[in-house]
Amino acid sequence: MGWLTTAMIVVPLAGALLVWVFPWDNFTAGAIALLIALAEVGLWIECLVRFDFDSAGLQLDQQTSWFSDLHVSYHVGMYGFSLWLVGLAVVVQAATIAYAFWAGRTGARAYFGLMLLLTAAIVGVFTAQDLLLFYVFWEAMLLPLYVLIGVWGGPGRLGATIKFVIYTMAGSLLMLAAVIVLGLSQGTFDLTASWQSSSDWLFLGFVAAFAVKAPLFPFHGWLPDAYRESPPEVSAVLSGVVSKAAIYGFIRIAITKFPEPTKDFRTVILVLAAIGLVYGSLLAFRAPDLRGVIAYSSLAQIGLITFGVFAANDLGLNGAVLQMVNHGLISAALFLLAGGIERRAATGEFARLGGMARGRPILATVLMTTGVIALAVPGSSAFAGEFAILAGVFSRGWGYAVVGAIAIVLAAMYMLRLISAVLHREPGPAVTPAALDLRPAELAAIVPLLACLLALSVWPAAITDRSFAGNRAGADVSRQLEASK
Amino acid sequence: MIETPHVDWFALAPELMLLGAAGFALMGAVLLPKENRRDFGALAAALGFAGGLVYAVVIYLHTPDVHSVISDSVHRDRFGAFAQVLVCGAGLLTVGVAYANRMRDQHVGEFYALLAAAGAGMCFLVTANNLMTLFLGLEWFSIALYILCAIDSELEGSLEAGLKYLIIGSFGSAVLLFGSALVYGATGELAFNRISDAISAQHLTGDALLVAGLAMIIVGLGFKASAAPFHMWTPDVYEGAPTPVTAFMSAATKVTALVVMLRVLQVAFPQEAHLWTIAVAAIACASLAVGNLAALTQRSVKRMLAYSSISHAGFMLIPISVDSELGGRALLFYLVPYAAMSIGAFAVVTARERELAAPVTLDNLAGMGWERPLLGISMGMFMFGFAGLPPTGGFVGKFYAFSAAYEHGWTWLVIVGVVATAVSLYYYLAVVRAMYMRPAAELQLSAVPVRGGAPPRDTLLQTSVTLALVVTVGTFFFVQPLIDVAKHAAGSLPF
Repeated sequence: MGWLTTAMIVVPLAGALLVWVFPWDNFTAGAIALLIALAEVGLWIECLVRFDFDSAGLQLDQQTSWFSDLHVSYHVGMYGFSLWLVGLAVVVQAATIAYAFWAGRTGARAYFGLMLLLTAAIVGVFTAQDLLLFYVFWEAMLLPLYVLIGVWGGPGRLGATIKFVIYTMAGSLLMLAAVIVLGLSQGTFDLTASWQSSSDWLFLGFVAAFAVKAPLFPFHGWLPDAYRESPPEVSAVLSGVVSKAAIYGFIRIAITKFPEPTKDFRTVILVLAAIGLVYGSLLAFRAPDLRGVIAYSSLAQIGLITFGVFAANDLGLNGAVLQMVNHGLISAALFLLAGGIERRAATGEFARLGGMARGRPILATVLMTTGVIALAVPGSSAFAGEFAILAGVFSRGWGYAVVGAIAIVLAAMYMLRLISAVLHREPGPAVTPAALDLRPAELAAIVPLLACLLALSVWPAAITDRSFAGNRAGADVSRQLEASK
Repeated sequence: MIETPHVDWFALAPELMLLGAAGFALMGAVLLPKENRRDFGALAAALGFAGGLVYAVVIYLHTPDVHSVISDSVHRDRFGAFAQVLVCGAGLLTVGVAYANRMRDQHVGEFYALLAAAGAGMCFLVTANNLMTLFLGLEWFSIALYILCAIDSELEGSLEAGLKYLIIGSFGSAVLLFGSALVYGATGELAFNRISDAISAQHLTGDALLVAGLAMIIVGLGFKASAAPFHMWTPDVYEGAPTPVTAFMSAATKVTALVVMLRVLQVAFPQEAHLWTIAVAAIACASLAVGNLAALTQRSVKRMLAYSSISHAGFMLIPISVDSELGGRALLFYLVPYAAMSIGAFAVVTARERELAAPVTLDNLAGMGWERPLLGISMGMFMFGFAGLPPTGGFVGKFYAFSAAYEHGWTWLVIVGVVATAVSLYYYLAVVRAMYMRPAAELQLSAVPVRGGAPPRDTLLQTSVTLALVVTVGTFFFVQPLIDVAKHAAGSLPF
């Protein structure tokens, strides 16, 4: 069954080449990319059907030697939680590609080819079971993102890309050093082999890369620029999926392979996450524009998810996986909505927006629904996720839970501020009566994301009970991942 | 009666092939009418390099063991054959790049003759097994290159580049010769393996004369490899020389110098490894620092690539410095994508130069990615490869080089390399930024000097760039076959 996982990486890669090599017109290029993105979703559903959630260990795996003298191999496969993250990635990618197809991008062949390449790289990160392969996919995410932001971004894109690349490369090169040292000292780069390391330095090398990409406070310097200057659908991928790759790294490598350093540095990381959570929420409350709010709320949410991950118990980890999927869907939907609003008003500044609800009932409904889920109203999937995380981190100290609870109040404040600044009040100077309601094509991109969120709201246990076999992660997460197939 | 040694002509086949090609090209320059000289010279050189490549491959396949041939003056082994394949491949691509170069026609035959002659000298040098053949090979290709640098007398800076290279290169050669003399004085031997035997037999380890000689040999080869602090000539010469010549120099000369350095150190001075590992590591660090920091501020793409080649000398000295079989393998592997990326990058610069009739800077590169999709994407991949990003062989090369350093126990060298890589990203990505991301107003710059619409399609140059791209990307996906070859080649040296 391993071919399914490989197919999920190869299909978008082949699609990218297909789009690049032949001289399609803009419409055809976009249509091909969208079809391939939908095929990815289909492949993922096939994976979901074939996945056995009751057994621990790696599934749908495939392994081929890449170069044998240093024991590096192409090894891919999925665990329960990777399956959900891959699902998040392909759904969000399909939505963003659909949005870009509708919005129309100059140089469509280059653009859609890069989006497909990005899809392949992200799926690769979530499925790679070899350290070096993981690193390769990790870096392969950076290249398309760099070009996508740099070419199709806003006026400040050059500065934004430089910051983005320097921050992330500084982190990931430290990870490369750690990968080399770890792989050679263990004699294998295979992640499924049962080895663990107690080296603090190596742990920090990995954490540096993940903390920058996530980003954790204080490594978020690149975040506001990159999220503001990207095309909206690229921001959606960045905050919705790419940041989850970093959290995935925390779970798959940092906690699993470094149990002792995780224990030693747990307090530091939890405190940083707490600071990021409060600080991000406050900044989101003060941000003057749509994307600023979503960007900083991402910082806050990543802090919250990190809580769950480094609580490292059943509740925390299960909640973290659920919340990763939730936040991915929410922030992707919000960024796409922000893109739609910016198209209509030519600005995202609250001072010039307002009153958009009047005469635009669909926009109002969709934004309201997304916002309400984002602020974790009881009954929403985000509520389930945040509740599980806070319950999990409570066992590491009641202080963290208090911070988390405060941050949920703050989340309500910034979300409601966003909603009212866009939809209510007097119509802003940038809002003309001619600005249309959401078009069917936009709905086609955003509504599936909302539908997934609503489905998860009804049945959050779909993820929390099926991320780690037998619903037990926590202390035995590493043992579970190594369990024989 | 002087005894003539038995000559294994087959071991010399690549050199002879190239010398023959040089001769033919020269005859063409004398005998053929003006309009045919270019085609004939290019064809002769291309056939020479292709033949040399085939012979080198055959030598590789038919030489599982090391032979010393011609009175121990030349080694016939897989290590040398591997390097010959690289040199000939680089030469072949260079012919494609150079073909459409504007040059005063009376020199074009000589150009190809000298190119083939330089290739022959490099092929000879990488098999050298004693201090005399070492110096002979070094001067052989250097003299050809001095003239090649200065051959385009219409090009501003070409003569200056030739003169600079001549003076500083001669200084380097002189140091190498002096060092050889000291080593000969200390050991009484010329052949590399006998030097090592003599050091063991006469307990010369740490002998002042010997160490001084060794240091000077390293310095002499360091000049050719353009490693800091012996790099001063590199930016000026790379910038001034005709760009196809620069492409050939940056790839083939570096291959030759590094391969020879590894051979000399491993075969002749294994007992002094405790000294030269440190020395080479120090040179590597200096090159990384100088190359990367100076490249940050360059606007001229050729100068930037020159500093990048200095920093890559540093990256490739890392595996030499660790004195291990893995290091040898890492060096040989790294050289393949490096040579391809280097020639490819300079080939793209050549194409842009022809288009604009002006030196290429980061400013007038603006918009090139969209105007010339193939060249743009290739240049982007070469830059990603230099920066060690997947999916290029540059990534695997760096991975092997750092792995070798770690295996030797030098984690600090891994850190230095990683930091250098991080710095290098800034200027490599600047090229991508210039090609693709400049605002529309700046794109107008490039439209000015093109006469009569689009420049003529340059099929040969594009073929060369495509081949370089295939090698660059292919070495990422097909690591195993290449690393096996590199392993066998490195196995010819006594690690």
